[in-house]
Amino acid sequence: MLIVKEQDVVLFRNRVKEYAVKIGMGLVNQTKLITAASELVRNMLKYASGGAVLIEVITKGRENGIRLTFRDQGPGIPNVQQAMKDGFSTGKSLGLGLPGAKRLVSEFDIKSTVGEGTTVSIIKWKNG
Amino acid sequence: MDKIPILRMGRFLLVTIQVDLYDRLALNLESDLVQMVSKTGASGVLIDISALSIVDSFMGRILGNIGSMSKIMDAETVVVGMQPAVAITLIELGLELKGVHTALNVEKGMELLQHKIGFMHEEEDAGDSSIE
Repeated sequence: MLIVKEQDVVLFRNRVKEYAVKIGMGLVNQTKLITAASELVRNMLKYASGGAVLIEVITKGRENGIRLTFRDQGPGIPNVQQAMKDGFSTGKSLGLGLPGAKRLVSEFDIKSTVGEGTTVSIIKWKNG
Repeated sequence: MDKIPILRMGRFLLVTIQVDLYDRLALNLESDLVQMVSKTGASGVLIDISALSIVDSFMGRILGNIGSMSKIMDAETVVVGMQPAVAITLIELGLELKGVHTALNVEKGMELLQHKIGFMHEEEDAGDSSIE
């Protein structure tokens, strides 16, 4: 799913919710996943003027989950470690986006190359 | 252009957010509300977020901003009706919604506002009498 404007954020959140409901994820985990997704998609819009998100249902053993992969071709993050710290922001925000999103999901992976873009992938297990 | 309606009820302003807001809409609400506080001289703002299924750091910041802005305009802000899942998520995210009062529902929120404002007036009255 392509994200290029603000209104896409709401559509995207609804799409994630549909997937989460489909695998029977509980309300609290749903809310956590959607909130994390919202933070990441907002970052993508703000710093890279948009990008693409892949939504997948994945299975590990008996556990179902949802994996979201956010890929953009923005400026990249020079210091990922710093960006993952609470309260660090280059924009005028609270600096909770990346570290907050990480706390809300089961698995979090970020890869960024300056000048090429950033890829973030998160997994939320149904009961995780 | 979509707009979130702001209702006036006595000395309070009421806002019920019924849809998931996109950023522009939230920012408009923030500025509209502060202008309404100034125009009407309202002493309380009540924001019902019971229909919001998620509050992310951006929305949290907007709520906090509304609280702080209203405060320096001499109005108290109460956010009511937060869903439990939203509360859990907000705290894990690291957002504490400082600067805004919260209440379980509209009724309790109203009571809280009335109490806060009543209290402020008592203080004013006490101040007046001591001058005399």
